[in-house]
Amino acid sequence: MHRFANPARFLRIANVILPWSAGLTVVLLVVGLAWSLFVSPPDYQQGESVRIMYVHVPSAWMGLFAYAVMAVASAVALIWKHPLADLSAKASAPVGAAFTFICLVTGSLWGKPMWGTYWVWDARLTSMLILLFLYLGYMALVNAFDDPGRGAKAAAILALVGVVNLPIIKFSVDWWNTLHQPASVIKMGGPAISAGMLIPLLIMGLAFKAFYVTILLVRVRTEIASAKVRAIRLTQVHG
Amino acid sequence: MMGSFLDIVRRDLRLALRQGADSLMVLAFFVVGVVLFPFGVGPELAVLERISAGVLWVMALLAALLSLDRLFQNDYEDGSLDLLALAPVPLPIIVLGKVAAHWLTTGLPLIAIAPLLAVLLNMNGDGFVMLVTAMALGTPTLSLIGAVGAALVLGARRGGVLLSLLVLPLYVPALVFGVSAVDAAVMGFETRAQIMVLGALLLASAALCPWAASAALRQAIE
Repeated sequence: MHRFANPARFLRIANVILPWSAGLTVVLLVVGLAWSLFVSPPDYQQGESVRIMYVHVPSAWMGLFAYAVMAVASAVALIWKHPLADLSAKASAPVGAAFTFICLVTGSLWGKPMWGTYWVWDARLTSMLILLFLYLGYMALVNAFDDPGRGAKAAAILALVGVVNLPIIKFSVDWWNTLHQPASVIKMGGPAISAGMLIPLLIMGLAFKAFYVTILLVRVRTEIASAKVRAIRLTQVHG
Repeated sequence: MMGSFLDIVRRDLRLALRQGADSLMVLAFFVVGVVLFPFGVGPELAVLERISAGVLWVMALLAALLSLDRLFQNDYEDGSLDLLALAPVPLPIIVLGKVAAHWLTTGLPLIAIAPLLAVLLNMNGDGFVMLVTAMALGTPTLSLIGAVGAALVLGARRGGVLLSLLVLPLYVPALVFGVSAVDAAVMGFETRAQIMVLGALLLASAALCPWAASAALRQAIE
């Protein structure tokens, strides 16, 4: 792992991966969108509005996944003082917050025709909203200190504390019997969703993941560059 | 170790009592905040009765939040925190002692005055015992989780506002089960499950929060 702590080596690898992941994102997104919006069958109950699912569900997955990445990176940064882990955690947060926000917005747009209301105080909606607040708190804490290293460490501890929310979100629909439907893709006894919908959903999921990888690499690259700029400025000032 | 724990509790209690006003201020905030609700939602007793548990819990939460900055801030500013961190006692024990003192000076007065405010909000008499029980289990959890937040924002710009953003989302489980225990008691339902969850939250945060808070303190005084 410490092999990749070298920013120069990381940048070389990132520059190799980046065009591939960007290309993969475009291909998967085009295929996934075409399949889910035009080819896949409408739901027998929900009609055409079920197509919101192809954006809603992958963004929910990525909202949780980005937080998990952030938490693991924070743990690595705290334990091994890995310099790039700090930057990855910091870079992951806004992306995850955006995914969580998209999940909440698409969910509420989907809820209006299905449940008759934009918002219910259901366990999963509420825990997703708390996830968004955790992201916002993390981002505020990272930037609240004059010394960026101090902000990164404080935020890393916060990210680890917030991990308790992840299992609550995942299992909220099983523990509390509420309006949001229970897990239907990953569950015992195989997915309770027809293959005609499952395949485009998985393609969209992969497309979102490829997009996340691409944007994360770009953001970490930017963070490294801005750290360099800061170091150069400081040496200029102090001579 | 137990001796040092008690020393810390005694020291913080003495500091809080000599400056007395802080503790009273939190209590006053709680009372005034609760009293605002009848003005806001109107004096209909049925409405007040329905929302009484929620109002008391939310205000207790905000009052606890207001008092968090004095948990570590003064020690951080005058340098006592550096000495405490150098002491031969593990830092989590010291954090636990400070949290205990914080709860004795804020949580306990809140619990004591809550039944009185419940009368003002027309809460059904059946809920009183449960209100005190649930708050006795819930407010230490608030102090423990708050300690992590208070330690994280030491030395930050606009720490107070930031603290609320960090801590309030983590307070939600205690709030949900605290309110639901009181509501269930008022309506005459079984409350065992909520009490057990509140107890579990307290135990889990007592086991984990001192470690997280002391990690945060260490990097603050680095």
